[in-house]
Amino acid sequence: MRHKNKSLSLLSAAALTALATSQAQAATLDNVKSNGEFKCGVSTGLTGFSSPDENGKWTGIDVEVCRAVAAAVLGDPTKVVFSPLTAKERFTALQSGEIDVLSRNTTWTATRDNSLGLNFTGVNFYDGQGFLVRKDLGIKSAKELDGASICVQAGTTTELNMADYFKANDMKFQQVAFDTSDQTAQGFDSGRCDVLTSDSSQLAALRLQLADPSSVEILPERISKEPLGPVVRQGDDQWFDIVKWTLFAMLDAEELGVTSQNVDQMRDNPPNPDIARLLGKDGNYGEQMGISNDWAYNIVKMVGNYGEVFDRTVGKDSPMGLERGINALWNQGGIQYAPPIR
Amino acid sequence: MLRPSTSLPRRGQGPLWRNPTVRALIVQAVLFLILAGFIGYLVHNTLNNLESRGIQTGFGFLEGRAGFSIPQTLIDYTSDSSYGTTFVVGLLNTLLVSALGIVAATLIGFAVGIARLSTNWLLARLATIYVEIFRNIPLLVQILFWYYAVLRALPSPRDSMSLFDLFFFNVRGVVMPDPQPLPGFSATLWALLIAVVATLLFARFAKRRQMATGQALPVYWIGAAIVIGLPLIVFLASGAPLAWTLPELRGFNFRGGINILPELVALWLALSIYTAAFIAEIVRSGILSVSHGQTEAARSLSLPGGITLRKIVIPQAMRVIVPQMTSQYLNLIKNSSLATAIGYPDLVAVFAGTTLNQTGQAIEIIAMTMAVYLVISLTVSFLMNLYNARTLLKER
Repeated sequence: MRHKNKSLSLLSAAALTALATSQAQAATLDNVKSNGEFKCGVSTGLTGFSSPDENGKWTGIDVEVCRAVAAAVLGDPTKVVFSPLTAKERFTALQSGEIDVLSRNTTWTATRDNSLGLNFTGVNFYDGQGFLVRKDLGIKSAKELDGASICVQAGTTTELNMADYFKANDMKFQQVAFDTSDQTAQGFDSGRCDVLTSDSSQLAALRLQLADPSSVEILPERISKEPLGPVVRQGDDQWFDIVKWTLFAMLDAEELGVTSQNVDQMRDNPPNPDIARLLGKDGNYGEQMGISNDWAYNIVKMVGNYGEVFDRTVGKDSPMGLERGINALWNQGGIQYAPPIR
Repeated sequence: MLRPSTSLPRRGQGPLWRNPTVRALIVQAVLFLILAGFIGYLVHNTLNNLESRGIQTGFGFLEGRAGFSIPQTLIDYTSDSSYGTTFVVGLLNTLLVSALGIVAATLIGFAVGIARLSTNWLLARLATIYVEIFRNIPLLVQILFWYYAVLRALPSPRDSMSLFDLFFFNVRGVVMPDPQPLPGFSATLWALLIAVVATLLFARFAKRRQMATGQALPVYWIGAAIVIGLPLIVFLASGAPLAWTLPELRGFNFRGGINILPELVALWLALSIYTAAFIAEIVRSGILSVSHGQTEAARSLSLPGGITLRKIVIPQAMRVIVPQMTSQYLNLIKNSSLATAIGYPDLVAVFAGTTLNQTGQAIEIIAMTMAVYLVISLTVSFLMNLYNARTLLKER
């Protein structure tokens, strides 16, 4: 059983204490280097994004971002301590310094970016909120959901979007809010709700956890924009840059055709100047951020480029089997676009 | 080092620092200054850190639009209401489940506690089993048990179990008719108020009469007749001015009527049953603390068992019971914050949960939440102390 409820108050208390006692720390990078590892906040278990496998090893697209940061900074993708957090705990954990990076399918919004003392470093997954219903209800559109009971995870943008959507369409609903996505799925599975709402990628993941995945379907409507990405504390620009460019390097590597398979060969004989700069053969792009110049080489070699990571966690090589869709690169019909390394 | 001395220096003699009173004052003043300095440092540092990290502070957020929905609200609330309203909604939900829990736990606890002392072997054993089972399983597990194992066994809304087609039981909770007062209904409420006052006056009169003449009147029966009868007569005489909104299955769920959430029922059951196990033990220890001579004296006066228990044993046992009951009531109120595990919208789930997460004002919100629990608990303590003062042994 999952008992996360107490941890909220514990965490808040911890946050209060931490905020009260710690001096504002600017140099996260120095801490990470001297500790030889860094702390990454992930979800309590969401297939494809961050969930422990049967051996207790964390997997998922959000987890790979943390591994890539570890590879870039410490040269070893295993030097990450993962902290599972509920939606309600995540920001406090980051603010108080319990974790150094929050990579937990977190939607980038104005409030979170501007008033919580946090910075979003980019978008590793473009998502949108959808509805999951049982097929036997015979519902074909979200517009038919008037009066439904809806399970949702507490403390998410999902809660707000849903209230807005039903108000805008002049419909009523009854909300049942749970702490973790597992509890939410359980609530839906046991019939407490007619509908489960979340980001559509999460619905695809939760669907796999249900007793009978084929008995449900995801409605076609996407009622919100949900750009999900890693978050760091505000006020440490160096660390912000590192996490930001880690993601950019993964995207650039995919765009340049550098994969974990061919990265050694590419580094020895760079086919073009872009790849030479990416892999540290030319320039000192790593040193500019205070890390080694083979940072991007390490990321691609040890973790992979964005496309490889996507395919193996949520994409075609994973149980979820999501299409790239808008998460394809900008030159392949999507909107994933990274600034050049030069 | 202190050396034993036969004569202490008299006050005003010798150096000031050897004067024990002055020394004690100095030590206390230094300790106080250190403590105050430490707290001041923490507050200063917190504000500094909040500012340097660009985290907004202050209570201005309470006016902002909440934008999320809450399934059970005792006051008017929509997603357009303010964050301040979510605080009130959550607080009322906490008070509701706490009040229901305290009443039920007290009733069950007294019944089980008395049953444990029963001479009926089966009854006493059953009560023992109850206590040993429910006080030894963690409360959270019990909450989850009632929520997932018991209530989830109920059917879906379309296959609801119904009672006279008025009450419906399903996995979404209990749906029942909603009384809507029509004009003229206030007369019934007034009648109820008058009946209650009349009963209280009658009880006082009966007590005084018993003191004077020794004759007892059936206060409970007459009181019940007044409290139920008078409003009923007025209600019928004024033409039964009450309309009932009947629940009706439409679309996904029942529309109309009152819907009692399964989260509330599960939390209420778990809190009551768990706390009742402790109350039962308190009641038992209270009763056992009353000297057996009292019971024997009552019996030798040929008082019946029920009256002996009600009029002689329990009043004396209350002196032991009440202070411990206060602790149990406080525990129950604080334990109600486990609601967040099953999605019951209490103060912690709504305000220290969703509102905190949407606004990010952790320090303000947690401080407000802690202050609320403190105020509730101190109030309950105060009331129980008043009651305790009344139940103290009065020597005549």
